[in-house]
Amino acid sequence: MSKAATTPVTLAPAAAAAGSLRRNKRYAAVAEVVLFLAAASSVLITIGIVAVLTYESASFFEHVSVREFLTGREWTPLFEPPKFGILPLLSGTLVTTAVALCVAIPAGTIIAVWLSEYAPYKFREALKPALELLSAVPTVVFGYFALQLVTPLLQKIIPGLPGFNMLSAGLVMGVMIIPYVASLSEDAMRAVPIALREGAYAMGATRVQTAWKVVFPAALSGISAAYILAVARALGETMVVAIAAGQEPTLTIDPRDKAETISAFIVRASLGDQPHGSIGYQSIFAAGLSLALMTLVFNIAGFFLRRRFREAY
Amino acid sequence: MVTTPTPSENTGSNQMNAAADVSPLVASMALPQPLPSDFEPAQSPTIKAVAENLHFHYGKFHALKGVSLPIMQNQITALIGPSGCGKSTFLRCFNRMHDLYPNSTYQGAIRLLPDDINLVGPGIDPIAVRMRISMVFQKPNPFPKSIFENVAFSLRVRGGFSRSEISDEVERSLRSAALWDETKDRLHEPANKLSGGQQQRLCIARSLASHPEIILFDEPTSALDPKATRRIEELMTEIKSQVTVLVVTHNMQQASRVSDYTAFMYLGELIEYGPTAKVFQNPANQLTEEYISGRFG
Repeated sequence: MSKAATTPVTLAPAAAAAGSLRRNKRYAAVAEVVLFLAAASSVLITIGIVAVLTYESASFFEHVSVREFLTGREWTPLFEPPKFGILPLLSGTLVTTAVALCVAIPAGTIIAVWLSEYAPYKFREALKPALELLSAVPTVVFGYFALQLVTPLLQKIIPGLPGFNMLSAGLVMGVMIIPYVASLSEDAMRAVPIALREGAYAMGATRVQTAWKVVFPAALSGISAAYILAVARALGETMVVAIAAGQEPTLTIDPRDKAETISAFIVRASLGDQPHGSIGYQSIFAAGLSLALMTLVFNIAGFFLRRRFREAY
Repeated sequence: MVTTPTPSENTGSNQMNAAADVSPLVASMALPQPLPSDFEPAQSPTIKAVAENLHFHYGKFHALKGVSLPIMQNQITALIGPSGCGKSTFLRCFNRMHDLYPNSTYQGAIRLLPDDINLVGPGIDPIAVRMRISMVFQKPNPFPKSIFENVAFSLRVRGGFSRSEISDEVERSLRSAALWDETKDRLHEPANKLSGGQQQRLCIARSLASHPEIILFDEPTSALDPKATRRIEELMTEIKSQVTVLVVTHNMQQASRVSDYTAFMYLGELIEYGPTAKVFQNPANQLTEEYISGRFG
């Protein structure tokens, strides 16, 4: 383009070049606008979601005080008399997330270490896509897996376990997010330069020592990002908990109890016929805003963690 | 745990037998001449390790074709030669670094004296070899840990050292690597805050901490500026009283400045070996002369 414009040999090609230059400039301008719109749309959609959440929540908080919302111990927005304490939903969300992380973080990390430091090359190349396939299973399948298979098994070990419980839902959710943790952590560990591994081996380190004392700490920034993603994923996960944890807001930290999470409440309330503008309808948005804020907090924490552990190598 | 003998233990009477053992081999290849007067040891040095007809294959590629070479104790032996001549491959046989990658095969022997074990023998654990033979790499590669923990690493992987033993050893190693004065007030800062030259000296300290018998240097100054290079060279000369040094270098001046013995390799074979002064001033082989004078390579 610039070559055609700067080196006109004769008059006629120069005129043609000028024409094509004008056309190219037009295309470039159009392409720039399209690219900008594509990039802007994601930002605009995010702003839109936050705006709707905030707007509807604002009407909610005209009826319900923030204090009641944050400290109330009962959540019955769809019954008479309605009560709007978010704590039961919060406890359900946090307990299922904690159970899920107890499964996903150790298992995912160990799988990542094994894949990156032990598995033969060919095996790794075959196993990693298979692992990632696990995340392609629809979450509703995991939900029924928890309810129909895992809960009955757990009931044999823990007598008196109710048919709906957070333990089963959390365990299955943990299995569901193992691939995220494993795959991202493995990427982070693969990215550790071979020179660091050689340095460790040259000092007489064994494979286990090299993996845990050198490669793992060096990859900690990427691995912590994987953990944060797992937390965000578990917080927002809906189907498994909606199906297997029972849809009854309960303020408890015992994973054997049934409970409802924020996301599961949103599903249940959205499925019911909440008149537009009613307090029940608005409570969906208040719950949604709480969930968005929690995820945001974890993302910010993740950002600082990553910066804290960033290693220049 | 493998015990790491201190250098003083290596100079026993059995050392003489071991040295006598390999003397026909040494005699067959330009026997070391008396050292130039500016070198410390007056008596002729003992042999620390000896490669005997060492072959090495990467898959089907025949990288080392029967290399036989003695490594003198508490001396610096330089390996020189054009790129691809196998000098790094040879160096990395000494600590079994090739075992980290598939399809590596050794034939022949590298005998470590005085206990006469074949480092590349089939029954030898590479980790046990690396406990005794340490390495410094081309690019400084400190671990993403503190300065202290970098030096303590080789003791921690061995285990069984008390806290005070570890901190004494860290200080000793940093002093040996001429890094103590610069780092003593910031031992717990991340090692990657150090400059490139300091990082490389830290890697040397890290290697010294476990009292290795041999340290392998794989082009240790190629990533450093001339001033830092100078310091590493001085350091190599200083540490040779505690440890045997084997260094691969592309830099002719470096080989002639720091080394006591020089081995010239070409296409996977040893072409010439002898005291550095002789190899550089009066090479026996035409190829060596051409390489040293910069006519190829």
